[in-house]
Order: sequence, then structure tokens, then C-alpha cells
Amino acid sequence: MASLVLTAPQEMLARTAAELVSKHGGVDRQRRLRDEGAELGYSPEVWAEMADLGWLGIPLAEKDGGLGMGLAETVLITEAMGRGLAPEPFVSAVVFAGGLLADAGSAEQRAEWLPPLVDGEKRLAPALLEAGSRYGLDRVETRARPNGGGWSLSGEKVQVVGGVGADGFLIAARTEGDDDDLTLFLVPAEADGVEVVAQKRVDSRNSAIVRLRDVHVTAGAVLGEAGGGLEPLGRAVDRATVAVCGEMLGLMTEAFERTVEYLKSRSQFGVLIGTFQALKHRAAKMFIEIELSRSTVMAAARALDEGSDDAELQVSNAKARCSDTLILVTNEALQMHGGIGMTDEHDIGLFMKRARALEFAFGDAAFHRQRFARLRGF
Amino acid sequence: MSDLSAFREEARTWVEANAPEFLRGRAADPNAWAAGGRRAPFIYPESRDWLLAAADRGFSVPTWPEEYGGAGLSRDEALVLHEEIARLALPMPLTGFGYSMIGPTLLDHGTEAQRAEHLPRIARGEIRWCQGYSEPNAGSDLASLATSAVRDGDFYVINGQKIWTSGADQADWIFMLVRTNPDVKKQRGITFILVDMESPGVEVRPIRLISGASPFCETFFHNVRAPVHQVIGEVNSGWTVAKALLGHERTSIGGMGRGGARASLPDLARDYVGVDETGRIDDPAIRERVTQCEMDAMSYGLTIKRHGDGLEAGHKPGPESSMFKYYGTELNMRREELMLSIRGPQALGWEGEGFEPAELHQTRTWLRSRANSIEGGTSEIQLNIIAKRVLGLPD
Repeated sequence: MASLVLTAPQEMLARTAAELVSKHGGVDRQRRLRDEGAELGYSPEVWAEMADLGWLGIPLAEKDGGLGMGLAETVLITEAMGRGLAPEPFVSAVVFAGGLLADAGSAEQRAEWLPPLVDGEKRLAPALLEAGSRYGLDRVETRARPNGGGWSLSGEKVQVVGGVGADGFLIAARTEGDDDDLTLFLVPAEADGVEVVAQKRVDSRNSAIVRLRDVHVTAGAVLGEAGGGLEPLGRAVDRATVAVCGEMLGLMTEAFERTVEYLKSRSQFGVLIGTFQALKHRAAKMFIEIELSRSTVMAAARALDEGSDDAELQVSNAKARCSDTLILVTNEALQMHGGIGMTDEHDIGLFMKRARALEFAFGDAAFHRQRFARLRGF
Repeated sequence: MSDLSAFREEARTWVEANAPEFLRGRAADPNAWAAGGRRAPFIYPESRDWLLAAADRGFSVPTWPEEYGGAGLSRDEALVLHEEIARLALPMPLTGFGYSMIGPTLLDHGTEAQRAEHLPRIARGEIRWCQGYSEPNAGSDLASLATSAVRDGDFYVINGQKIWTSGADQADWIFMLVRTNPDVKKQRGITFILVDMESPGVEVRPIRLISGASPFCETFFHNVRAPVHQVIGEVNSGWTVAKALLGHERTSIGGMGRGGARASLPDLARDYVGVDETGRIDDPAIRERVTQCEMDAMSYGLTIKRHGDGLEAGHKPGPESSMFKYYGTELNMRREELMLSIRGPQALGWEGEGFEPAELHQTRTWLRSRANSIEGGTSEIQLNIIAKRVLGLPD
């Protein structure tokens, strides 16, 4: 495996990403967007700036108008976003949708969609979850019936990240009764029968219900092979999972550092609370868990970039570890902040709310432990 | 990269040509591992052949400079060599405190004369070392140690008692901490000194542990005379040397968490617990614990790799050794507990009939593992170090 140390260009990218996030207000921006109740849930001007930097094409090959960088770089951007709770739908629209289109899309689909995606003029949202699907990619009730030369789609997708304001959706639908017969469709948002309803989640991000009522699409809307959607979907999910792990890493690091600073500044009983061994030991254990998490994220990103045999194992290892550590750190952060941490005015609660959304994105720790065991054959 | 594959070829050829047939496949047999020494018997004569062949090539201490008996290998090359040795399930040619602790410390802090005197003898396995740090009243609070050394001409005269001196009954030399100034802040009056165990006045008594016989001893010093030139570093600056050495010790103890040549947990669970019709471990709770343990070991191994890659890239080593000591030992202990749970009642054997040799061994390694979070600085001390040195939390 490649070295688990950042190269100089990677360090520079990480710095640029951190600067971009803090320049626009860091965590205050997330708070403001929440308070305004903005359905878009993010800042178009930040999205445009990310496009200018070329980041909306970061996972794409140069022939597709991208930067030809890998996940090793992508996680540096998501880490910076996690630290500052930047709400732009980078993982869903760029890593997931852009990556899936580049992987499985036809030449026509790529030519039509990728350039405007990279320029930030258009945005796709992957619509995966249904009310009953939990983490199973194949737990899909949405149906696609052959209709003339094309298809007719019906169903309801929920918690479509970035769904509000999206120009199109990547939809998984069942084309036959069989479990494996999942087909991916690229459905324009303006197609007849598509209804998008904003959802409010605990993390105040852009999230939508997408209802499909006999939505007619042409044969050209199928992404990849009809009935062969599960494999490219699985690959896209693995890449997006690692990008999410980068965001988790940034979030846990920031919440932890803020907590350590609090331990050094808050006095009770006439001494700084950071002198108490009960708190020191818990802080030291969190530090170790974060260090382990960082190693797993870097390893998983490189394993996917290199196409290693154990890439899926590394992805599940990273997601399980980051999920457990993130919940530990944000819960402990709140506890160590005491009563002030429970107030809406304090930022720790914002970290905690986002942490839960990240924990459940693409499978929680228990799900990924099961997957790890299955991949290892025990 | 091409350099490394060339070296792998060279290492493989050398191992194939020099490793005794008898030792191949015996990595898991503790009797096959040699720490050398004047008095220490080689349980298998082949271990001696293997050590000497390696020493001739510098491979007993591969990363040390050639002038001191090493091969001057880079960390990556040494890793390749270890992989090639492990590929044939061979023991490493040389183990012990000389190789893992006092050698690296002399390379960092010894004078040219001290290095020239001791390092080549360690490399050839001629001298076995033990460590004199802990005392009955100086455990976690090591700096409060009381064994005294008083200057008398060109000698120090040493009086006191050390405890947990692993392998003292077989060691030729001891590296130890002594108090040379009782009148200053406790860390400032400590000196690091080397003592020949054959010096008059040294007495060793073995300690029996809950796991049975152990390598641990108590070592007593009655007016033991050690030449002044055997002090490492400055007089009264031994605490600095000791901390550096503890770093090597923590890394070495913590290294056990990675699993290495141990039995595979999933295999053990399949054997003892059984499998369901789909081939999964037939007890969901055990399966979950095996999975967690395997994932923790993987994450820990990646963190060791990341740390090593950082050193290779020129990052300065920090207080990470405390993290590795803490996590590696806790992980190893959890693993031992889990192996006990997996074997169930068959893990209760002490000796004699009714138990497989591996089961009897298991009982002892489990009991022995309980010391992992105590020796080399307790887990609580490691967490204190991280809180203070890494996180900067106040005293």
C-alpha cells in the first residue's frame, strides 16, 4: 500500500480547503443557513467557488473534464468540510453522482451531464433510500415497467441528499421481480410526474422526498445495463462512503479540539477541569481512537485508488471505526462541555446532530462490521 | 520500489540458503527464539547456527550500522527481511533486550567507546541484557527510585533492590537507573549505568507469577562496584536516557497487539464454536467480538504503518509510543480474553491430561497477558502521558 503520509501537493490541497471553509464563516455559516430555514441548505456562492477550484470534477478523469485525482485527495476536501460543517452536497453530487456517471454512463450521458456538473451549472442527486430500505442497496420497491421503447417509473425515494434544487436524479428501480435485477436511471427533475418535497432532518441539510408517478423516460435514461445496476451502485457507494469518512474525521477532530480547549479554560472547584484525571483519561482515549480513525480513512482511500483486493474490507473497516469514534467523541464533547453544551447557542450540538447523519450514511458501524465479517468469510 | 524488490530477492535467497531446516515452521515455538548470552543455553542448537549466520551478514540487528555488526538496512528493507523470515515461519535470529532496548539507546546516547564495546557483542548474541528500572516502591512513580550509587574514585558503589528484572537470572549485563543525587527534584538525581551481573554483590531471585514460572526476578545490589565509564549520558541526566529507552520498550510491548504469528481468531472460533450452514461462526456474540478484534488489529496495524511512514518521511518521533503501548496491550489482552471465551471450559487446563498442549499454553498466555497493561508503564500512566504531552492538559 502507498505511504500513509500526505504529499506536499496534498498538504496544499488540505490547506486550500480549510481556508475556503473558514473564509465563508465556518460553523457560523451552517448555523445561519439553518436559522434562515433555507431549503437549499447550502451557499450557491461557495458551490461556485468550489467549481472554480476544479473540485466538482475532482473524482473524474481528465478526459471527463476532471482533475484526475483520487479519493486520497477527495477526503482532504471532505475533512475540511467536516471541520467547518460546510453543507455543500459535495459527496452526493460530485463523489457519488459524478463518479457513478463517469463509471457507468454512456458516452452520450457523460457528454451531456459531466461538463455542466464540473462547471457547477447543473447538479445531480443520487436517490437511494426508501422508507424501508435501511442500508440494503437492493431493498428497493420503486418499479420500472417497460413502456414503448422506454420505461415508466413509480415509487418514492426519501432523504435524497441535495434533492432540493437538483437538476436530475440517479434512481435505482426494480425492473424484474428478482433481487439482482436493479436498474439505474438518470431522471431529469423536470420530467412529468416527478415531485420533489423538502424534508427537514436533524442536521438541517438539503434533503428531499422524490415521488415518481408513472414517470416516462426513454431507453437512453438507463445508466449502464438494464438489470445490472447493483454493481456500479456498490462501487459508487464505496467511494462515497470513504468521502463521508473524511468528513467524519474532520468533524470528530474539530469537536475534540474544541473540547480539549474547553478543558483548559473552564474552572470549577478553583481549578481547571482539565486537571481532573477522570477527564484526562477519557480525552486521551478519544485521541487514540481519532488517530486510528485517521489511519483507516487514509488506507481505505488509497486502497480504492489503487484497486487493491482488500479495498472493500478497508472501506468497511474505516466506516465502522469512524462511526464508533464520531459518536464517542461528539457524545463526550457534549458531556465535557456540561450544561452549556446543551444550549442551542453553543456549537457542539451542531456537531452532534451532523454526526448522527454521517453515522447512518451508507451503513452504521454494526452494518460494516457484518460486512467485514462476511467479506472475510467468517 | 525496484530497489526494494531487488533487496527482497537478495533477502529471500539469503534466508533460503542460511535458515536451518529444523527451524522452518517453528516461529510459534518460544523455544526456537534466541536472546543469546554467555550463560543462556540454546534450547535448539539450530537457533545458535541461525543467529551466527545472521550475525555474519549483519541481519541479527539489520538496521544498525555495519561498523557495529548491523547491515545498515533502511526501515523498509528491514521490514522486507522480516517478511522473508516470517514467510518460512522462522523465528527472528535474535531477540531480547540487547537488540530491542539497550542497543538502540546506545546508538542514540552512547559514546563511541561504549558503542564499540557493547554493540558488536549484542549483534553476535554474546551478551544478554536485562533491565533494572522498577523497585518495590517505584512502580508507576518510577522517578522515586531509591537504589543508590555513590562515587568512590573511578567507581560507583551501588546499593538497593530492583524488581521485575526480566531474565536477570540468565542475563550477563544489566542497564539500570540509580540515584546519584538525593537532594534535588527526583528526576534530576538519576543516572543511567551499565553493570556486569558477575560483579560481586549482585544477587538474583526469580519471581513466580499467577501464570506459573516467569522470567521476572528480584535483583539485589550490595556494595556493587561499577566503573564510572559505564555511565550512559551525563551523570544525573539518566531520566532523559530512561525515557528514550522506555519509548523503545513501549513500542516493543505494544507491537504484540498486531497478532503476528498467533493462531487466527476466526479459525479458532470455527473450531471451537462451530459454523452454521452458511459457514459463519455459529454464535453471533462471539462472531461480533471476533470481528471487532480483527478490525481493531487492522486499524492498529495501519496506524503503526502510518507512524513508520511518517518517520521515513522525516517527521519527528513524538509521544506516540504511549499510544502504541496503551492500545497494543489493551488489544492483546482483549484478544486473550476472547480466545479464552472461544475455547470455553477447555481453556481451564493447568497441566496434565485432558487438555491439548495449545489449550494449556492458552491458560498461561492469558494469565501472563494481564501484566501487559502494567509492565513498561501502566495503561493509566500512558494515558497521563498522552493527556500531558500530546493534548497539553494541565497538571
